[in-house]
Amino acid sequence: MTAPATWTIPAIRSALAAKKVSARELVQDFYARIERRNRELNIFLALSPERAYAQAAKMDAAIARGDALPSLAGVPLAVKDVISTHGIPTTCGSRILEGYQPPYDATAVTRLEHAGAIVLGKTNCDEFAMGSSTENSAYGPVGNPAAPGHVPGGSSGGSSAAVAADLAVVALGTDTGGSIRQPGSFCGVPALNPSYGRVSRYGLIAYASSLDRIGPFAHTVRDIAAVMSVIAGRDPMDSTAAAAPVPDYTAALDKPLAGMRIGIPDDYFAEGIDSGVREKVEAGIRLLEKLGCCRVSLRMPHTEYAVGAYYIIATAEASSNLARYDGVRYGKRAPGTTLIEMYQKTRGRGFGAEVKRRIVLGTYVLSAGYYDAYYLKGQKVRSLIARDFREAFEKADVVVTPTSPVPPFRLGERTSNPLQMYLADIYTVTGSLAGVPGISVPTGKTAEGLPVGLQIYGPAFGEERVLQLAHAFEQAGGASL
Amino acid sequence: MKISREDVLKVAALANLELTAEEVEMYRGQLDDILTYIDKLNEIDASAIEPMAQVAAASGNESTLREDAVVRAEVAAEVLRGAPDPAPPYFRVPRVIEK
Repeated sequence: MTAPATWTIPAIRSALAAKKVSARELVQDFYARIERRNRELNIFLALSPERAYAQAAKMDAAIARGDALPSLAGVPLAVKDVISTHGIPTTCGSRILEGYQPPYDATAVTRLEHAGAIVLGKTNCDEFAMGSSTENSAYGPVGNPAAPGHVPGGSSGGSSAAVAADLAVVALGTDTGGSIRQPGSFCGVPALNPSYGRVSRYGLIAYASSLDRIGPFAHTVRDIAAVMSVIAGRDPMDSTAAAAPVPDYTAALDKPLAGMRIGIPDDYFAEGIDSGVREKVEAGIRLLEKLGCCRVSLRMPHTEYAVGAYYIIATAEASSNLARYDGVRYGKRAPGTTLIEMYQKTRGRGFGAEVKRRIVLGTYVLSAGYYDAYYLKGQKVRSLIARDFREAFEKADVVVTPTSPVPPFRLGERTSNPLQMYLADIYTVTGSLAGVPGISVPTGKTAEGLPVGLQIYGPAFGEERVLQLAHAFEQAGGASL
Repeated sequence: MKISREDVLKVAALANLELTAEEVEMYRGQLDDILTYIDKLNEIDASAIEPMAQVAAASGNESTLREDAVVRAEVAAEVLRGAPDPAPPYFRVPRVIEK
């Protein structure tokens, strides 16, 4: 058969069931696509053909036997390189982990493979997930397939670009301050950051543990829902994975929307938003109103403090989590005559500029004399931001905002000013601090043809409502506004 | 100026991080900008606010703790193979104690 450029999970399912294509042929086709595009886009850091063909053979055998197929049978999957995969190099985009092969799989990967998905390889990202453009990877930047010459967003830029370039059907990313939603927005694909605790993080290499989450990219909201139904839920290997029952997320998609209250916080449309982004997000909000939603104006008054609180908390946790890279147990070691000298040289040479910047900042805000002024203050402001969300969800069912105040910027355009880069995380770090789920869905393009994302926040563990609204928006043509 | 060269060196030592002279100067200036921006938080009187260290298990009615049972991992050999200087069953490091 002639393979469509863009596959979805239901399309793969019916093509496999009708024997129009085999899982093996799908894998061959996707590796051929990667072969053609990866030199230019630099999306994949490692490929796992042996494992992919073995999984494809298992699926094809099940089809030949006439067995019932698992929900993601034959679905080509790309995995961000901060998520552990047994025997497949996992570098976190860092020189310090060059050549590292984890001795186990992350739970999310195990569950996806159990559901029939096929791991094609590992995707490029900002080093240890620290960045908003994927330019902080030690292995070079990623191109944006939807906006040539521009960054794909970050830190999960490789995963969003893999889906946008049709080099994978679904991809896993991670989000600490926006690292799933913002690259989804920049590459023009739907991307979900689930509630804190909804998806197990066993095997996710930690950056900031009170914020880190795993979530999916896909071509459609329906495919995101299908992946979530597989990866969500309790895990004996992660005590932060909540025991709350996992609903059938795809079943919730077609529920009627009428009367859903969409909260629009004035604070998210204040100074600093690009006019092209504002125009497309406002068009998106009008479309939601046309679909029967009621618009409610809100104030979320602590929004302007979120970036400050986020960069205190995230860097403090990072400085602690990254202490483990000391040249003893894994990765690279730089020689030193004493143990301390070996630590210092290994870390000084193994980490890139942004990681070192965050370790220095995080160590500073935790150090004696500054803890109360910075770290404790940051945690108190975090309480206020969580309160803003609680109060918003008393007045509205969801909160709708832009995903990013700016459209994709040019490669290299913003690398010299870290503070400027941090400030652009404003609309996503709020939800990260509060622990609530947020999805970015495409809401058209600017006059220059750059993708814009609309973000829908729901209350904690309110993924069904978020997905339902995002699906209705997508079905009504939100992506081509 | 909030941050001095000495501050950066002190923090780098706490973090076991070797920095070049250029890096020390670059980070000094950038941290100064970032911490000056963070001072914005002082506009808020948060004295009566409880700090939030973690998202409370929002669904948190049920315990997520598993039974505390011993399970053999059997990964020691594989873990050591990935180490920069393994001496099974140990990791070798430069001398710590003087003779």
